Amino acid sequence: MSMTINATSESFKAEVLDSEMPVVVDFWAAWCGPCRAVAPILDELSVQYVGKVKVVKVDTEAHPDIAMAYGVTSIPTMHFFKDGAVVKTLVGARPKATLQAQFDEVVGA
Amino acid sequence: MTEIRNVVIVGSGPSGYTAAIYAARAGLNPLVIAGSVTAGGALMNTTEVENFPGFVEGIQGPELMTTLQAQAEKFGAEVVFDDVTALDLSGAVKTVTTGEGKTHSTRSVILAMGSAYREIGIDDEKRLSGKGVSWCATCDGFFFRGQDVVVVGGGDSAMEEATFLTRFANKVTIVHRRDELRASKVMADRAKADPKIEFAWNSAVEGLDGADKLAGVRLRNLVTGEESLLPATGLFVAIGHDPRNELIKGVVDLDAAGYVVVQSGTTATNIPGVFASGDLVDSRYRQAITAAGSGCAAALDAQRWLEDQDDAEGAVR
Repeated sequence: MSMTINATSESFKAEVLDSEMPVVVDFWAAWCGPCRAVAPILDELSVQYVGKVKVVKVDTEAHPDIAMAYGVTSIPTMHFFKDGAVVKTLVGARPKATLQAQFDEVVGA
Repeated sequence: MTEIRNVVIVGSGPSGYTAAIYAARAGLNPLVIAGSVTAGGALMNTTEVENFPGFVEGIQGPELMTTLQAQAEKFGAEVVFDDVTALDLSGAVKTVTTGEGKTHSTRSVILAMGSAYREIGIDDEKRLSGKGVSWCATCDGFFFRGQDVVVVGGGDSAMEEATFLTRFANKVTIVHRRDELRASKVMADRAKADPKIEFAWNSAVEGLDGADKLAGVRLRNLVTGEESLLPATGLFVAIGHDPRNELIKGVVDLDAAGYVVVQSGTTATNIPGVFASGDLVDSRYRQAITAAGSGCAAALDAQRWLEDQDDAEGAVR
C-alpha cells in the first residue's frame, strides 16, 4: 500500500511547489540499491501521514532536469518542501524511525 | 511466554545469509535481522562480482544477495527487515531488540553486521555530502556525465568505482596516499589501462572547494609537501571500511581497530553463545567468499555449542 505520487517535469510545480501540505520529495533511480531499500519505508509513511505530508517520487533518470534544478548528485536524496521551499534535506537511506521523526518535525513546525 | 529461539543472526551480507542457510538446514529455525535500509550488505551497492566461485560470467552484487536470501528462506530461515537497536548478550537467554520495538529471545547470537564506509574526516566532506561528495558510485555516477571526478583510495573498491565511473565521467582521477595500489592485480591493471583514469600518487585530500556544490579537491603531496587544486565536481570516497561494532562496544572483546576478537580458528567471541563472522571480524581478506565462509563456520559453531548445552543439561538431569 502506498500513497506516493510520481512527479514529472510537467507536474512537479503543481504537486510539490504549489502544495498546501508539506511535501517530501524522494529523488531515486532504478539502479540505486539504497533507493530500493528506502522505498517501502516511504510507502508506509505516505499512508501513515496521509492528509498531513505528501510523498512525491522523482525518477532522476526520467527527469534529470528536476534533479539538476535541486542540485541532487547523490541518491536517495529526500528534500522536505514547505510552501514551495526546501526546508530540510536528507542524503542517503534512513531507518523508518529516523524518517518518521523528520516527518513529525515538518508537520509540527 | 515468549518464544526462545536457537539463534538470531544480526546482519544480512554474504556472512549473515550463509550462516542462515547453514543454521536453517540444521533445523535451528534462525531469525535474520537483515537491517531496514542496509539489507544485503555492502554488495548491494556494487555492480558485477567476478570472483565469487560458481559464476563463470560473474553476477551482479544485488542479484547475488537476493539469491542468498532466497536460499536461506527456502530452508526455513526467517528474515526481518528491521534494525537491531539493542543487544543483551549477558545471560543464558539473550535478547535482541529491533527498531520497531520487538524483543527476540534467543540462546545464541551470530554477529554479522559487516562494516561501514570510512570517511576522510575533513569538515568539507559532511558539508558537501550529496552535493558532489558520494560514497556510492553505482548510485550516483549517472549525475556526473561528462564531468571530471575524483576517487580517493587504493583498494579494490576504489578501482571498481573508478572503472565504473568512466561510463559517465569525462575524466576520473584516483587519489592515493602511497605510490602503489593495494588493489588486486586484475583490478589495478584494468584501472591503469583505462584512458579515462589518471592517478595522483602519494597524495591526500586536504580540503574541498565549492560553496554549495563541489568545485575542486585540494591535494597535498605527502612526499614533497606540495599543495595543488584538482578541479572536480564529484568526489567518491573509497578509503576503506570500519567494522560496525556500535551495538557491542564494551561488551564483546574488540581489537585495537574495532574488529571482534574470536578464538583462534573459530568464530567464538568472549561471550558464550555469541559468535561473529564476516567483515566484522576480518580486517585481512574482506571478500564476499571469505565472509560467506566464516558465516558458515559461525552457524556450525553455534550448532555445536547448542548441542553441547543440551548435552550438559541432559547430564545434570
